[in-house]
Amino acid sequence: MSVDRPTRIGLRVVALGYLAVLLLVPVGLVFYRTFEKGLGFVWDSITTPAAIHALFLTLEVAAITVPLNAAFGVLAALALVRGRFPGRRLLDALIDLPFAISPVVVGLALLLVFGRTGWLGPALADAGIQVIFSVPGIVLATVFVSMPFVVREVAPVLKEIGEEQEQAAATLGAGAWQTFWRVTLPAVRWGLAYGVVLSTARAIGEFGAVSVVSGKIAGETETLTLLVEKRFQNFDLAGAYAASALLALIALGTLLAMSVIGARKSEA
Amino acid sequence: MIAVEHVSKRFGDFVALDDISIEAPDGKLTALLGPSGSGKSTLLRVIAGLEVPDTGTVVVSGQDATRLPPQKRGIGFVFQHYAAFKHMTLRDNVAFGLKIRKRPKTEVAAKVDELLHLVGLEGFADRYPAQLSGGQRQRMALARALAVEPSVLLLDEPFGALDANVRADLRAWLRRMHEQVPVTTVLVTHDQEEAMELADRIVLLKDGRIAQVGAPRELYDQPADSFVMSFLGRVSKVDGRLVRPHDVALSDRPEDGWEEAMVQRVVHLGFEVRVEVVRGDGEEVTAQLTRAEAEALEPHAGSIVWLRPPASGVSA
Amino acid sequence: MSSIALNLRTRPSGRPGALGLGISTLWLSLIVLLPLAAVVVRSTEGGFDTFWNAVSSRQAVAALRFTLEVSLLSTLINAVCGTLIAWVLVRDRFRGKRLVNALIDLPFALPTIVAGLTLLALYGPRSPVGINVAFTQFAVLLALLFVTLPFVIRSVQPVLLELDRDMEEAAASLGARPGVIFARVIMPALLPAILSGAALAFARGVGEFGSVVLISGNVPFDTQVASVFVYKQIESDNPGGAAAVSVVLLGLSLLVLVAIRTAGAWGSRHER
Repeated sequence: MSVDRPTRIGLRVVALGYLAVLLLVPVGLVFYRTFEKGLGFVWDSITTPAAIHALFLTLEVAAITVPLNAAFGVLAALALVRGRFPGRRLLDALIDLPFAISPVVVGLALLLVFGRTGWLGPALADAGIQVIFSVPGIVLATVFVSMPFVVREVAPVLKEIGEEQEQAAATLGAGAWQTFWRVTLPAVRWGLAYGVVLSTARAIGEFGAVSVVSGKIAGETETLTLLVEKRFQNFDLAGAYAASALLALIALGTLLAMSVIGARKSEA
Repeated sequence: MIAVEHVSKRFGDFVALDDISIEAPDGKLTALLGPSGSGKSTLLRVIAGLEVPDTGTVVVSGQDATRLPPQKRGIGFVFQHYAAFKHMTLRDNVAFGLKIRKRPKTEVAAKVDELLHLVGLEGFADRYPAQLSGGQRQRMALARALAVEPSVLLLDEPFGALDANVRADLRAWLRRMHEQVPVTTVLVTHDQEEAMELADRIVLLKDGRIAQVGAPRELYDQPADSFVMSFLGRVSKVDGRLVRPHDVALSDRPEDGWEEAMVQRVVHLGFEVRVEVVRGDGEEVTAQLTRAEAEALEPHAGSIVWLRPPASGVSA
Repeated sequence: MSSIALNLRTRPSGRPGALGLGISTLWLSLIVLLPLAAVVVRSTEGGFDTFWNAVSSRQAVAALRFTLEVSLLSTLINAVCGTLIAWVLVRDRFRGKRLVNALIDLPFALPTIVAGLTLLALYGPRSPVGINVAFTQFAVLLALLFVTLPFVIRSVQPVLLELDRDMEEAAASLGARPGVIFARVIMPALLPAILSGAALAFARGVGEFGSVVLISGNVPFDTQVASVFVYKQIESDNPGGAAAVSVVLLGLSLLVLVAIRTAGAWGSRHER
C-alpha cells in the first residue's frame, strides 16, 4: 500500500516526535546534566569507595547470574524443543512467569522462603548460610528476573535448525555429548549470545527485587542501581546522575551488542 | 548385507510399516520406491536406527542391529536436505566422523582430500555450505558419509531437493560412484525413473506393504498388479486391461479381430510419436509409436485406424 | 499424513531432552515456584478474613485502582503510538532509521531507576523547559509509557515485515483506498500482535516499581502504585499484607499470560 507523501511525512513526524519527547531528549539531558560539571567531577563521583564497591558488586552478581541463566536457558530450550513429555506446555508458560511478575513481589517471595523467618530460613541459618540481606539473596533475585531471556532466544533458533544435523552427527558416530558440543551448541551460538546480552542487561539493571532482599547495606549489599536511589534521596543529584550515566553507558553498550549480534542472528 | 524381518511401525493410528521383510544384497544398490506415505523413508530410518520398529529385527552386516543406536551400526546416511553442518567448512564437515573417532590429524587430512577429489569438490574445501549449490552440498554429504568407511550407505531421497537437470547429472554421477566404490547401498526415491536407472534391485512399497521386489526389468515387464504397472511406467487402458503404450499396435488396414478407432491427436516427441485414439465406445487409448512406425502409418486427426486387442497386460 | 507422523515419532536418542527437562524442572521449582508458593501461602495464613482485610483496606484499594487505571491508559496510548512507530520503522525510509530502530530497545536495556531519573530531569522540578509533573499522577503515566514503549513496537514489527504485500495490492486493484486497505486488510493481520504486545505492556506496567518510585512521590491515595504499596508493607514489617496484595497482582499477571497465549493461538489460526 503506497501512502501519499504528506501522510507519510506526517506519520514520521508524529512517530519521531513521540520518541524524542519520551525517550531521546530525557536520556540526552541526563548525559548533558552529568557532564555539565565536567569530566573530573564525574570521575570523582564514580570512584568513591561506595561507588566502586557498588560497581564491583553489580558486576559480580552479573558474573554469577548470567552463566547460570545461560546453562538453564540451553537446557530448558532443549527440553522445550526436542523433548516429548506431558506438561511441556506448562513448562513453556512457567518460563514466562518472571516477565509478568512485579520485581517487588519477587523480592517478597524470596524473603518468605529464604528470610530468617521464612520456609528455609532457619535451616539455612543453622548451616551458617545467610541469603537475605547478603549477596546470595541478590544473586537469587537477579536470577529470577533474568531467567527467561536465554531460553526465549535459544528455543526458536533451536527449532529452526531442526534435528537433521544432529541425526547426521549420530549416523557419523557422535554420541549425545559430542553432538551437543560440536553441532547443537555452535548452531545456536548467536541466539545464545543475544540471550546472554539481554540477560546481562537485565541483571545489571535490576532494582525492585534487589531493593527488598538486599537490605541496602552500603559497602556490602548496595548495587549500582541502589546507589543511584540512595544518592537521589540524599539530595546528591549530581552524584545520582553520575552513577546513572555509568549505567546508561552500559545500557548503550548493550544496545550496540544487541544490534550487532541481532544482525548475525538473522543472517545465520 | 542388510536383512529386515517382520518389521512393523506405527505412529499413533497411522501404520507406516506393516510386517515388512526385505534383503539388500552386498555391494548392490537397492531402491526403496513408492508414493508418499508408502513407508519407504520410515523403513530406511529403521535400518539406520533413527527410528525404532515396534516389531521385527534388523540385521546389518551380520549383527543384530535392532536395538543398536545409529552410531554403532556402521552406516552412512545422506539426507534429502543435506543436513550440512552449517557452521563448519566443507573440509570440517567431511572430517567430522573421523574427528569423532579421534583419528590422527594427518590421516584425517589425507582422507578428506581423497574424498573431496572423489566427489569433485577439491577447490571448495574451505567454503561453507551456504556458499555452495544444492548439488555441491549433496556431494559433500556423500563424501562425509563415506569418510567413515561405512559398510552400508543409506540415501533418503538424495536428489529430491534439487533442480531437474542437476538431478539428472547427479544420478549419473551416483551410478559411476557406486561402480567405483561398491558399498551396499539403499536408496529411497519416489521417482520411478531414478529407481530404474540406478537400482540393481527395486523394492516397491505401497501403504506400508511390499507390492513387488525384483530387478527393474522384472518389475517393468512382469508387474504383479495394476499398481506396480502404473507406477513404473506409462500405461494405456484397453478393454479393462493395462498395457504399455508401446505395446499398443495400430494398423491402417482392418485386421482380423482388430477394432476400429479414430485418431484424435498426434504428438511428435522427437524420437517417439504419441497417437491418441478413441474407440467406438468412447474409450480413449494412447499408443506410442517409433518414428518409423509413424511414418508407415501416417496418422492424423480424424483418420481411422485399427486397434489390436491386448494379448498381455494386467487387468486394471 | 507425514506431518502427523513427525510429531509422534519416538526418538531413539531423546536423552538431551530428558536431561534438560529434569534439570530445568528442578531449577525452576527451586527458584520460581517455591517462592511464589510462599507468597500465596503467606497471604492466606490468617484465614480468608485476614486476606480480605488486607486487600480491601482503603489504601490498598486506592493503590490497586490507580495502578490498573494508569496501566490501562499507558497500554492504550502505547498500543496506538507503538503501532504507528512500527509502521514508520517498517514502511518508511529516512536517514538514521537504523539508529532509531536500535534505540527503541533502550527502555529494555536501561535500569528502571535510571529511567525514572531520566524523566525527572526533563519533566521534574529542574526542567529546562519548565514542565514539572513530578509527584503527580501524570508522572506515573509518563514512567509507564517509557518502560512499556518497546513491547507493542517489537511485537508488531515482525508481523508487519512478514505481511504479504500481495493482499494490499489486490485490494488496491479492486478499488480500495489506503484508509480502507489499512482498516480491512492490514489491521486484522496486525491485531493479534498488537494485543499480545499490549498484554505484555500491561503486565509490565502493573508491576512497575523502579521508574515510578522516584518520580511519583508515592503519595498514598494519590500517586501510590500497588508495587510501592507492597514495598511499604514489607518495610513496615507487614509481610502478610504485602503478600495479600501481591497475590492480587500475581492473579492479574496470570490472567494476562493466558490472554497472550490465547491471542497467539488465535493470531495463527489463519496461517497455513
